[in-house]
Amino acid sequence: MKILVCIAQAPDTTAKISFTDNNTKFNKEGVTYIINPYDEWYALVKALELKESGKATEVHLVSVGTNSAEAVMRKALALGGDQAFRINAESEDTFEIAAQIADFAKDKGYDLILTGKESIDYNNASVGAAIASALDYNYVGFATALDMEGDSVKLNREIEGGEETDTAILPLVVSCQKGMSEPRIPNMRGIMAARTKPLTVVEPSAASALTEIESYEMPPAKTGVKMFSIDQMDELVAALHNEAKVI
Amino acid sequence: MSVLVFIDHTQGSFKKKAFEAVNYAAETAQKIGGTVTVVALGNISNEELTGLGQYGAKQVLHVADARLDNFCAKAYAKAIVAAAQKLDAKVIIGSYNISGKSVAGMVAMQLKAGLVSGAIDYPKTDNGFVVKKTVFSGKAFANIKVNSDIKVITLVPNTFELKKGTDMATVESLDVSFTDADFGVKVISVNKDSGDVPLAEAELVVSGGRGLKGPENWGIIEDLAGALGAALACSRPVADSHWRPHHEHVGQTGGTIRPNLYIAVGISGAIQHLAGVNSSKTIVVINKDPEAPFFKAADYGVLGDAFEIVPKLTEAVKKFKAGQ
Repeated sequence: MKILVCIAQAPDTTAKISFTDNNTKFNKEGVTYIINPYDEWYALVKALELKESGKATEVHLVSVGTNSAEAVMRKALALGGDQAFRINAESEDTFEIAAQIADFAKDKGYDLILTGKESIDYNNASVGAAIASALDYNYVGFATALDMEGDSVKLNREIEGGEETDTAILPLVVSCQKGMSEPRIPNMRGIMAARTKPLTVVEPSAASALTEIESYEMPPAKTGVKMFSIDQMDELVAALHNEAKVI
Repeated sequence: MSVLVFIDHTQGSFKKKAFEAVNYAAETAQKIGGTVTVVALGNISNEELTGLGQYGAKQVLHVADARLDNFCAKAYAKAIVAAAQKLDAKVIIGSYNISGKSVAGMVAMQLKAGLVSGAIDYPKTDNGFVVKKTVFSGKAFANIKVNSDIKVITLVPNTFELKKGTDMATVESLDVSFTDADFGVKVISVNKDSGDVPLAEAELVVSGGRGLKGPENWGIIEDLAGALGAALACSRPVADSHWRPHHEHVGQTGGTIRPNLYIAVGISGAIQHLAGVNSSKTIVVINKDPEAPFFKAADYGVLGDAFEIVPKLTEAVKKFKAGQ
């Protein structure tokens, strides 16, 4: 079985968020980029587990990004994966990213394509589903467990108020959620090996964005916390009822 | 001109987020000049369907195929696309919940539609079609301009106030020709969480962190939640230490929730935790550390020992409820 893992880069979770160019662009100054956690901890690690247990023969990585994305891709290769592909484009649009990956993947015989459940910067949670549609693959979103059962795939997926167990037929796209696997730390050997693993740059297809970010806004500052002492619980409940109107 | 809205149901009945999506579609239809059609899939009573008129739906297209009683993204997307094409719908609305997120990307790809996933405001149409959503896990907002002919929007539940009228919708049957290939994912079993209120839909949430020192101390959290009718949540270290089940974990790499009230007990409020809860309407922080960063994000705070404060708060809540 041949697996493709879709990797996105995202700002570190502690990054201070600010905007430039009259609030039309994200300010990358001083921002450390990491592998999108859901892609790293769940999609990539699950792919590696499947290879390690002999259920997959090859694990490839793909990312849509410019040159600046290569450092993050090498970090991903340090965890594992046979080779990586960088589609030379930059986009925040679901359709464009998915179409680029689908155009790349369509003649390469991937049985299983894994993504994280969403990226922590744009939170659209839709690239995996869009790739599945473009390739006419089956799709399961928010999967918390995955294993092969003969030729079929057995999965758990998150549902409102619980979990569902599904069986799916390949070829399949899966978006991966917490529970899928345990995060790994790359070792020295992996980091060294990543330097020479193939990272091929692929020119983008004609697919282009259908949305654009017109502007950004910062949320209004909080007006300041109203403190209550331990003897004022009746007053706190009254505030929640009369002022905040939440109970 | 139709605005199509896709809503899912839980065993034949619709929940609040479904009505919110219909409301949102009705507001949008008013702006662009059109009417609202709902596409509903699977086994749902006629009464439930006509009742959608109360939230602004003019018509419901019902795909009653029994195979749709279990969720399957590919089949659901096919049905929604069929409805959209039948109506020549230019805007398609869904909920930013698990099933909505699982089909929105498919529908957008098939219809070559721009997608705004996680809208928190109605579309603005004075200069193109622009929809606001949260980005960077709730730390900022982005105004997304959709340039394609067809547009797909999913809205965050519990963002807009629900409006209910008295009209009834008409119901029409829609036949979609499915093949076996559309049902490549089949449900084997469903495992519902124990606990009364599912976290993702809860309007009231009580959450515990490391400050509670151990799983054996969760009684005070459960009592407060019980008194409020709230769902339970927790911080990441609590879930990672297996003090609480992982579905309770809220934060950047856990669940993102948007309740009306979030009470955080013994949680310091690291950025990663805030990312999961900062869209809550009201945040109450109970912590003994005056330097806890969570106080900066809170609306109300109580400084002191949670083991003394929380039972007193529970008492006050019970007293209030009894007096209602």
